[in-house]
Amino acid sequence: MDLRACELGYQALNEKIRNTDEDVVIYDCYGERFIGSGASNKTITINGTPGNALGAYLDGATIVVNGNAQDATGDTMNDGKIIINGNAGDALGYAMRGGKIFVKGYAGYRTGIHMKEYKDKKPVIVVGGSTGSFLGEYLAGGLIIVLGLDTDSFPTGYFTGVGMHGGEIFIRSSKAPKNLPKQVSASVANKDDIKGIEDILAEFSDLFGVSMEEILGKTFYLLTPNARNPYKQLYTEN
Amino acid sequence: MREGMFRNISGCAISGIFSKSGKRFSGKSIIDSIAVMHERSNGLGGGFAAYGIYPEYKDYYAFHIFYESKSAKKECEEFIEEHFDIINLSKIPTRKVPAIKDEPLIWRYFVTPLPTKLADSQLDDKEFVVKCVFRINTRIDGAYVFSSGKNMGVFKAVGFPEDVGRFYRLEEYEGYCFTAHGRYPTNTPGWWGGAHPFSLLDYTVVHNGEISSYDANRRTIEMYGYKCTLKTDTEVIAYIFDYLHRKIGLTLKEICSVIAAPFWSTIESKPQKEREELEYLRNAFASLLITGPFSIIVGFEGGMMALNDRLKLRSMVCGEKDDMFYAASEEAAIRVIQNDLDRIWSPRGGEGVIVTLEGGKA
Repeated sequence: MDLRACELGYQALNEKIRNTDEDVVIYDCYGERFIGSGASNKTITINGTPGNALGAYLDGATIVVNGNAQDATGDTMNDGKIIINGNAGDALGYAMRGGKIFVKGYAGYRTGIHMKEYKDKKPVIVVGGSTGSFLGEYLAGGLIIVLGLDTDSFPTGYFTGVGMHGGEIFIRSSKAPKNLPKQVSASVANKDDIKGIEDILAEFSDLFGVSMEEILGKTFYLLTPNARNPYKQLYTEN
Repeated sequence: MREGMFRNISGCAISGIFSKSGKRFSGKSIIDSIAVMHERSNGLGGGFAAYGIYPEYKDYYAFHIFYESKSAKKECEEFIEEHFDIINLSKIPTRKVPAIKDEPLIWRYFVTPLPTKLADSQLDDKEFVVKCVFRINTRIDGAYVFSSGKNMGVFKAVGFPEDVGRFYRLEEYEGYCFTAHGRYPTNTPGWWGGAHPFSLLDYTVVHNGEISSYDANRRTIEMYGYKCTLKTDTEVIAYIFDYLHRKIGLTLKEICSVIAAPFWSTIESKPQKEREELEYLRNAFASLLITGPFSIIVGFEGGMMALNDRLKLRSMVCGEKDDMFYAASEEAAIRVIQNDLDRIWSPRGGEGVIVTLEGGKA
């Protein structure tokens, strides 16, 4: 089913998506919100700029964006896949608890904050470029990979992993991380660590046509919570 | 109903368009841009600032004034006549829009300070104008000057911004810069004076967010003769810009390091010279640090600046195409008026993006 988003408005657009079992292709998208929220069992392809909360509570559907996504993509997503052939805004994968998000370009502030995992539910975010500050803030579970393909500097902002108490963050960079918060331990990822994420990296490679050789051509740093130095405070001591 | 009488909860939308070559364009595109973000407003306030729109009167201060009654108008006009030469005066042209109701009387005056009054006051002409604006806004009941710069104007009302734009016939104006705001008041009900932009002289501010430090900022700025009369937080940002830029002479970049100062831990990680500058600014103007979430677009004569709070708790996207610069709460609001962009990016928190007219100063 083909839909022209700007003619419908976000309510009618989302109603049509909900009421069909067919795959959906959306054209002329200018900020229509909540696209594919809670959706399962279909593929939604978006040409344009989808609005905030794209794929919120997604439950198994696949969303492909030919363009850039705005804020809060994949908010509290449970299952499925979001593929962004461009950049993502702030709070990507906020409180995500399952499924996968792949971003070709950069992602904004607060990528993957509050992500969590339980048994077989393990959310994954892969960002091809760099990210803003507060990457993986309060991370409780899941996997975040930042490839930094767009930069020679360390590809995240300030306060990476603040309050992190679970999960893993892999960051590809020729430069070692600096000024990490005390509750995060960083090490160079070893062969086994890389083996554990190889399938995900291969999926990114296939999706966006970046060779595995290039992806594996730099060091990966692995950030995990430092159990000996738990999270205390950030906001009141300034 | 006035600001401060009850509290209700919820975003806002902001957008700005700037031609670096100074090419004048119609106000239609800013209406199209802000309209895309309709859901970010709730109909309780919308407004625009437009620069370069009064070239035929560019040497005169343009006062835009709301009057709640004819008696307020009479009293205010007597005051203006006493202090200024009025070169031209008229109702601001509006059209009937069903969604815009209960409008006050809306008048425009092109004025210049009376030479004798100005000399008596021993002030420069901008300071004289500021004093007169505060005098009207605090002493004349039912009169409110909501725009007071040269070759620019603010247009605002209660309503959705696209309706406000049509109400003021904004598409009939041409300027080199427009900013816009769609309001979703978070603490107070909306009223005409409380809509954005807030302005003083040629400084205008549109703001998405909520200032946690409002009262500390207000107390500080009121010590320097500014009067916060509107009971809404954005007002104080306009006065902080006027104070730090016009009066103290800080650069806009320095002002960013005051109002959106980096954390001390971030300052410590900077090279020595930069660290010392940041430490100085944070210490010298500590009470003008604005905390809480904000994204703002500041308009001023010959330039525009987009800025996020240091934690970037509100969204802001910037775009460029040839000599045009765009900034908005959402990328879609830029794409809808210019889909073929040379560059699009999200500035970091606390990192002001400043554009000025080519060959101009800011």
